Parts: sequence; C-alpha cells; structure tokens
Amino acid sequence: MPTWPNVRADFPVLHQQVNGKPLVYLDNGATSQKPRPVIDALVRYYEGYNSNVHRGLHALSMRATDAYEGARARVAKFINAADPAEVIFTRGTTESINIVARSWGHAHLKPGDVVLATGMEHHSNLVPWQQAAKAAGATFQYVPVLGSDAEGGLDLAALDRLLTPQVKVFAFTHISNTLGTINPATELCRKARAVGAVTVIDAAQSIGHVPLDVRQLDCDFLAFSGHKMCGPTGIGVLYGRRALLDKLAPDETGGGMVVTVNYEGATWKPAPERFEAGTPNVADAIALGAACDYLDALGRDKIAAHDAQLARYAMKHLSDLPGIRIIGPKSGAPRSGLVSFAFEGVHAHDIVTFADEDGVALRGGHHCNQPLMRHLGLTSTTRASFYLYNTEQEIDILVASLRRILKFFGTT
Amino acid sequence: MSDLADLYQQVILDHNRRPRNRGKLPTANRVAHGDNPTCGDQCSVYLRLDGDRIGEITFDGSGCAISQASASLMTTQLKGKSAAEAEKLYQQFHEIVTTGNAPEEISDIGAFAGVHAFPARIKCATLGWHAALNALKGDPIPATTETHKD
Repeated sequence: MPTWPNVRADFPVLHQQVNGKPLVYLDNGATSQKPRPVIDALVRYYEGYNSNVHRGLHALSMRATDAYEGARARVAKFINAADPAEVIFTRGTTESINIVARSWGHAHLKPGDVVLATGMEHHSNLVPWQQAAKAAGATFQYVPVLGSDAEGGLDLAALDRLLTPQVKVFAFTHISNTLGTINPATELCRKARAVGAVTVIDAAQSIGHVPLDVRQLDCDFLAFSGHKMCGPTGIGVLYGRRALLDKLAPDETGGGMVVTVNYEGATWKPAPERFEAGTPNVADAIALGAACDYLDALGRDKIAAHDAQLARYAMKHLSDLPGIRIIGPKSGAPRSGLVSFAFEGVHAHDIVTFADEDGVALRGGHHCNQPLMRHLGLTSTTRASFYLYNTEQEIDILVASLRRILKFFGTT
Repeated sequence: MSDLADLYQQVILDHNRRPRNRGKLPTANRVAHGDNPTCGDQCSVYLRLDGDRIGEITFDGSGCAISQASASLMTTQLKGKSAAEAEKLYQQFHEIVTTGNAPEEISDIGAFAGVHAFPARIKCATLGWHAALNALKGDPIPATTETHKD
C-alpha cells in the first residue's frame, strides 16, 4: 500500500542524477512516471501468464483473460462507469477521440450541422473534429477563451450563443494542458445536452489528478491515456454510454470483434469487443488497472490538493521573476498542477536546455496547441507540470535555475 | 555549465540580441520558409540572386537563441556566394554542428560547434540554412526540419 510520506520511494526513475544533478521531473503533463506496483504488474504478466485473451482455453489464456477483463472492471470503477462494457481499451486519448470522431461522426453528422470544440483544445481534440466536420460537410466552430493571457477561461456567454440546435457534438478538454484551466465540465455537459448535442470530454490531463465520475459529469464520451496517470504508454480508454456504443459502427474490423463471418460479410459483437479488433494490449491494460489501485490508495482528492498546493507555491515564486508572463488562471484562481510561462527575450527552448543542465525536466514549445498560442501572440511557452511525487523544494530548484538563465541572457 | 557555455558562445548571444539582416527584403527574387514543427520555430529567408551570386539576403521569423543566431550569422556568410558555394558552406556547418569539429580556417560558424553536445538542438541550428538552400533552389515547398536531413 502506498503512503504519502514514502511516495517518492515508489518511483524508481526519480532516483537518478541528470547532468550531475538530482532529477527534478516537472514534465508530468507530457507523461507521468511509473510506480513500482505498475512496473511489477507488467513483469508479473510477462513472466507469469503472458498469453492471448478471450479465445484460448488453456490455463494461461484464462488467467490473462481474467486479468484483462478485471482491469476493464477496475477502470470502470475508477471512473464510476455504470457497466464495464462502457470501457473500451485503446492506444490512448488520441485514438479514443479519433474513434468517436470517425464512427460517431460518420453516422450522425450531415451538412448544416455544427461541430463545436473550444479554443483551448489540444490538437488531439481539435483536428479529428475538424476532419469529421469536413467529411460530413458540417461546420466547425469553437468557444473562444477570454483574456489576453487566457486567464478568463472559456467564454461561457459565447458558449450559450454558439449552442444552437444545429450543434450535434461538443468536444472539450476537462483540464487544459497548456493553461492549467479547469473547465466546469458538468455544467458544459448540461448546457450541451439542453440542445441535444453529444458531449466528448478530453480527460487526458484530469484523469490521474482529480476525482472523476462519468455519471456525475453526465458526459456521453470521455477519453484518456494510461501513461499520464502512472500507467504504461500505449494504453488508453474510450468511455462511452452503453446506449450510444451499441448503436455505433466499428471503426476498425478484424478478429475478435465479430460474431459470425462468411464470405458475404460479418456481424459485430457488442461493445466493448466491437471496438477492440485484433489482439488487445493485454499487459498494459492490466498494468493500467494497477495504476488505478495505486492512485486510489493515495486518494485522488488528496492528489488534487497536493497538485493545487504545488501550483499555488509555483505561482507565488515564479511571479517574482522579472519579466515573466504566466498564462492561464491568475494567482488565487483555481488551477491544475501546471504553470506555463514566457519571458520576453529568452525562448522556451533555451530555457529548457539550460534547466536540463540543472537536472530540471521541463517542456518548451506550443504544447500541441498552436491556435491557442497564436491567440496569445506567442510561439511557445515553458511549462512546469507537477504530480504527486513533486515537492516545493523542487520548485525552489526550478526558480533558482530560471534566475540563472535570466542572468545569463542578460534580461535582468 | 561548461557544455552550456560552449553552446551559447558570445558570438551566438550577440547575434541573438542584435540579429543582422533581419526583416523582409523588398527586392527579393527568391524566398523560402522553414518550420520546426516540434517547437514551432519559424524562419523565412529572402534573397536576391544577381546572376548566380547572392546579392542580398535577409531573414525573419521567431525561435530560440540558437535558431535566430544561426540564421543571422548565416546571412552574413552567404552574401556574395554562389549556390554551389552556399551548399558547400552548409556541408561544413552541418559537419560542425553534428561532430563539434570546426576546421581552423572556419571562423564565425565554428561558434556553433557546441551544438553537437545537444543533439535535440541541431535542428534549431540548421533551420535557417534549410530555408536558404530551398530559396536558392527556387523551391516553393516550405522547408521543414522533419523532411530535410540535419
């Protein structure tokens, strides 16, 4: 059982030096590190019962099938889905959204319809919808963000204007990977439903960070990746309401998702198998189940509080740096555990290279958010993103590193 | 900080702070645009070919200190050169940023030798050069660091 005081000890990768300095890993928005129980779950599977699932009658296959379907049930519980069949294993958030955009979009979008997203979407929840709208002859629109630093979040008055009966789907991010904005997801779903639109939530940045309940959100679809919640890469989830999934045509076809096949055609299994053609990612699904156990043992409410405290601490100390421009919510406003910032005269890439010399892992660039960057008049920002194993001392190291960088470039 | 001091040489910091030949060139008869899609860095190179020689060359865009200083320094090196000479100079530059070995007779572009210790930054250093070579070829396709060899 993990416990808070010992949490760093659970993550082997944290205990190393980078460029001669202790690693300070602040790139959790990109991917989180993996605790020992998740790594052990992978090793146990590959050393103990590696086998294909569902169609094998031998002992190992039955063990693997039980563990794989057990992981599905575990994930369903993690997001409070009504039925494990509502959990489809995918490669990650991007594939999950693409499945909805293609399968649901193809079946339901027609000319004159509106596909609605927001001005703060990651490319993965933007481009698939632009493509789906184009394919159907529908119109793509987005809810703008408020404020020159996007500090005002989504323009909810604009949302009310944009939500017409023509809107068939509203896709939005739960937490912005670039701004740290926490969107009022339950309210957004309620507003969208009032005009009959289907809702799709990108939960990539929220899934391992805040308590999340699909029935309380009352969303139709929700997508996330395992690797940002202490799980392995290559596994993700598409949650969909059972009633919607059962009416949806498969996106990929092949083995494992069919009932009967003859030379003339085939019939499909119900969800989730309908959407899992081919041999699934058994090992990583099982390890994702272990990640759910790990996070719930610590408590996602406590993880959220820890993230928020680190964000407050970072905002306080980063704000002291001369010439810094922090984007997203202002100090004191709710913010997830990440801070994106820019300096006049020092480019994000130079900052990331310098910080790396101090052992600090940051992200610099457009964060797969080019339209938002243009809105902000920026080409890139530097992002520090926190997770359950980060400490205030690490933020002190970040701030000291940034001070050295500013001095080197002569901006102070 | 020794690797970093090698990377961010004074000549690079100087070109970053005070870029040479920056801005559009109204008399340009060749132009090409370069993108580094991983970071959003951009660089456009404008040049005027007088016969087979580069009469004038400018650049604009946005990016890190390495990309901007490299493009700036490049414009000072390429003025007056033919396309073949420019290609040869790029080959030398590429050798310098990938191996760290700068021949003695090379002066200014040798400042980029420190880049070789930071493989992720080689694309920053070569962005402007890709755009310039494309402009010389009259290539209308935007240069991107993803489709060109470093």
